[in-house]
Amino acid sequence: MTAIRRRAPDWILNAYAGLALIYLLLPIAVIIVFSFNDPVGRFNFIWNEFSFDAWKHPFAVQGVQDALKTSIEIALLSTLIATALGTLTALALVRYEFKGRAPVNFFIFIPLATPEVVLGAALLSQFLNWGTPALGFATILIAHVMFNLSFVVITVRSRLIGFDRALEEAAQDLGATPWETFRLVTLPLIMPGVLSAALLAFALSIDDFVITNFNSGSTITFPLFIWGAARVAVPPQIYVIATMIFLVTVAAMILTVWQQRRAEKMAAVRPEEPDVALEPAPA
Amino acid sequence: MPVRLRKAALPYLLLLPGLGWLLLFFAIPLVYMALESLKSGSPFGGGFHLTWEFSNYTEALKDYDEQFIRSFEYAGLATLIALLIGYPLAYVIAFRGGRWRNALLLMVIVPFFVTYLIRTLSWETILSDSGIVVSTLQTLGIVSEDGRLLDTTVSVVAGITYNFLPFMILPLYASLERIDHRLLEAGYDLYGRRRDVFLRVTLPLSMPGVVAGVLLTFIPAAGDFINAQLLGTPKQFMIGNVIQSRFLVLNDYPTAAALSFLLMAFMLIIVIIWARIAGTEALLGTEGEAR
Repeated sequence: MTAIRRRAPDWILNAYAGLALIYLLLPIAVIIVFSFNDPVGRFNFIWNEFSFDAWKHPFAVQGVQDALKTSIEIALLSTLIATALGTLTALALVRYEFKGRAPVNFFIFIPLATPEVVLGAALLSQFLNWGTPALGFATILIAHVMFNLSFVVITVRSRLIGFDRALEEAAQDLGATPWETFRLVTLPLIMPGVLSAALLAFALSIDDFVITNFNSGSTITFPLFIWGAARVAVPPQIYVIATMIFLVTVAAMILTVWQQRRAEKMAAVRPEEPDVALEPAPA
Repeated sequence: MPVRLRKAALPYLLLLPGLGWLLLFFAIPLVYMALESLKSGSPFGGGFHLTWEFSNYTEALKDYDEQFIRSFEYAGLATLIALLIGYPLAYVIAFRGGRWRNALLLMVIVPFFVTYLIRTLSWETILSDSGIVVSTLQTLGIVSEDGRLLDTTVSVVAGITYNFLPFMILPLYASLERIDHRLLEAGYDLYGRRRDVFLRVTLPLSMPGVVAGVLLTFIPAAGDFINAQLLGTPKQFMIGNVIQSRFLVLNDYPTAAALSFLLMAFMLIIVIIWARIAGTEALLGTEGEAR
């Protein structure tokens, strides 16, 4: 086989992957570009002319600011609660052998295998039957913690599985109490997993529409605001805010990855594996 | 409490808050919804009463069989397309990404950083009648002069595929990245051709990723109603649209609850069949726990 013939499929595969990436990124590019549009009419679907107007007054659309504030509050609170409870659950599931672990593992998995419409509808059935006085902030928060829990458990659990128990034993041999061992050894080591779980929970919460829509009453979150707007008008301000959220999330993501790298370097107790050739060429 | 007893109770104490939350706000609500699905009555005056109306289920299935079938068709199609798009991309990132791997992965999850509804609206812009995609396809003669993409099956399936694609790529990447490269080298050393090594080593070893990716894509796709709502017309409506409007617009709780259970049951059957084929360890991600 000649070298050229061998490289040909490589090139095709890379180009295919490149196209797939473009497919993933194209709508994001459209959103950013159209945030600078000065649309004719109420819908920001057709390019008219370049304008900074929407960026100068991103909150000029009535109600959007409150919706965004509610979304951020709920995302922060639900992330905090879900991450704390989920981390404890993950610890129990990976670290201890106890009766009923397999069914618990399965139980944690079911919400992930349940369509969001069903999760939302079921919770609303319960609230209706309880005669919950008012659907709103509290019921949204309850719902968000509920759907975030399984995600947190699974993320933290995957991190815990690769965990070296000998480090904790060493700490205990050196006279640390169980609490000190947890605080000084276990927690710092699983922190990257906990952080990525929290990030995931935040992203899922701030983005959720379906479940929130069932349990929100008259409270409006940012996705609910867009849903309402999508029928009457889509002002470019919505794209501006989406771009802002996008930039903040990317920044947070990069920061977390960087922080994780640092933590991993500091916690590296095993010698690093040599960077082997990525794809061995056919002989 | 004696130390041994305290140690035995510890895992249960750790589980209590998280599991309690899920019991209270996930498991018990399902019971309430089950009761709701067996009620009869009318939303106007009188409300609904529990009469063990099992016919709600048969009625719901009879009235909305079309939407059920469409949901699974669309979701299956979107999952297949996502696999065809996602596998090569995950492969390239895992094996050829080099030091760009993390940056490329970040690009894969970038869609998640934009609100779901807005990225769907963005597809409305892209596929709109006067947009570049439609006019290009018209020039190429693929779409007729007065043809359109928006409000068709194409736009709805494209939207679903797009929105759940990262769910396909991430598990694929995770399983491909874990493959021991020495195994591939061994394959080549044994005079395996590139195709043989892929089909007999790489593909089987990446199956856990395929299994997980297919599920993670198919489940939310089958229950989705946002794409059908924003990119389609009632002709493309899926079962999620029906549940949503029965519940929130028409306040017909019993029918909506029955439909929800039917959807969940079908989904569970699919997951169980899939687990039988694929093995539960890969599904639950429980391999490698303390034994």
